[in-house]
Amino acid sequence: MPVEVRLPTVLRQHAGGQPSVQANGGTVGEVLEDMVRQFPGMRGQVVTEDGTLHKFVNVYLNDDDVRYLDKLETKMADDSVITILPAVAGGAGRT
Amino acid sequence: MALYGSVLDLIGDTPLVDVSRLSPNPAVRILAKLEGQNPGGSVKDRIALAMVVEAEKEGILRPGQTIIESSSGNTGIGLALVCKVKAYPLKIVLPTNVSVERRQLLETWGAEIVDSPGTEGSNGAMRRAQQLAAEHPDWWFPFQYGNSANPKAHYEGTGPEIWRDCPEVTHFVAGLGTSGTLIGVGRFLKDRNPAVQVWAVEPPPGEMVDGLKNFDEGFVPPVFIENNGYDLLDRKMIVGPRESVEWTRRLTEVGVFAGISSGAAVAGAAKCAAQIAQGVVVVVVADGGWKYLSTGAWTDDIDTVTDRAKRIIYF
Repeated sequence: MPVEVRLPTVLRQHAGGQPSVQANGGTVGEVLEDMVRQFPGMRGQVVTEDGTLHKFVNVYLNDDDVRYLDKLETKMADDSVITILPAVAGGAGRT
Repeated sequence: MALYGSVLDLIGDTPLVDVSRLSPNPAVRILAKLEGQNPGGSVKDRIALAMVVEAEKEGILRPGQTIIESSSGNTGIGLALVCKVKAYPLKIVLPTNVSVERRQLLETWGAEIVDSPGTEGSNGAMRRAQQLAAEHPDWWFPFQYGNSANPKAHYEGTGPEIWRDCPEVTHFVAGLGTSGTLIGVGRFLKDRNPAVQVWAVEPPPGEMVDGLKNFDEGFVPPVFIENNGYDLLDRKMIVGPRESVEWTRRLTEVGVFAGISSGAAVAGAAKCAAQIAQGVVVVVVADGGWKYLSTGAWTDDIDTVTDRAKRIIYF
């Protein structure tokens, strides 16, 4: 079953302006791979060529940053949502 | 009670209060470290004093020298208090979308406010401060995101206080901004007991992300990288504005009047409590609620308040 991947503004241009897309996979890494297959403009942006997360990108499985779970190997559960956000200093509340 | 020689001597040694009535798991206690008890009203008093004292010791800050720093509020207010007492002129680069009370407090302590665009958030304020500091080499720029006195203040202060008051601590939860609190306290507690887990709570990055051209414009604090934050943290969770306001309100059920970022941190502590079998979670309540009264956080309709909270920087 496909899961929802929520995109930051900087990636939306590669997905026809959509705020979120659907992708398939058993792990976070597989879902991101499927997303790049559908939207090739995102290649290298979230996951770098050496297969690791870009240092200024945070990927969340529901509320949890996957860097502190099993990274790209983190397993997907039913109705999970993936959110991709840039790493920035501090925060403003608007989402 | 004791007699103190200076209000700066009141910084630190904050109380730890049992708020386990808010715990979703009866086998997990939640203890709140009330940093709003500091004289400037937040946890940031600790690093403000530590950064200034360290620079004085190193001789890089001379009497009467102008200080410039970026802040979404609390570090600025802490520095303004310290600078007032120690007679340093202070300039604070402040995003325009902070609560009005943060601005008023800075003015109270005589700091000069330099506005930076609200849409650029703390990132934008930091860049502007870096630029101004480069243009004025005679000013001193503490740079809280990269100043080792920041985590050190927590390694030498906040961490030992928690260990003294509660050596049974199993989990430490705090908000993630500069990462100084998490790094300093987390390192101290793990040095004492490697089994202690350190969980970070962060706010959504907000609309400033709209201004990013690409991910390479992102930022991770040097304090975090230089202290191996990736290895130190056990979990990192994001807590949104609505949940933050809800938990800010729930804190009043146990008599704690706290800021909105503290609501987020306690929401994180409750999630932690729900996910573990048993333990003692210590959570940092970074400031009191006084500076957020204008947001109506406790009394107005929750949807209205959440919408307002989306427009201010509350971390």
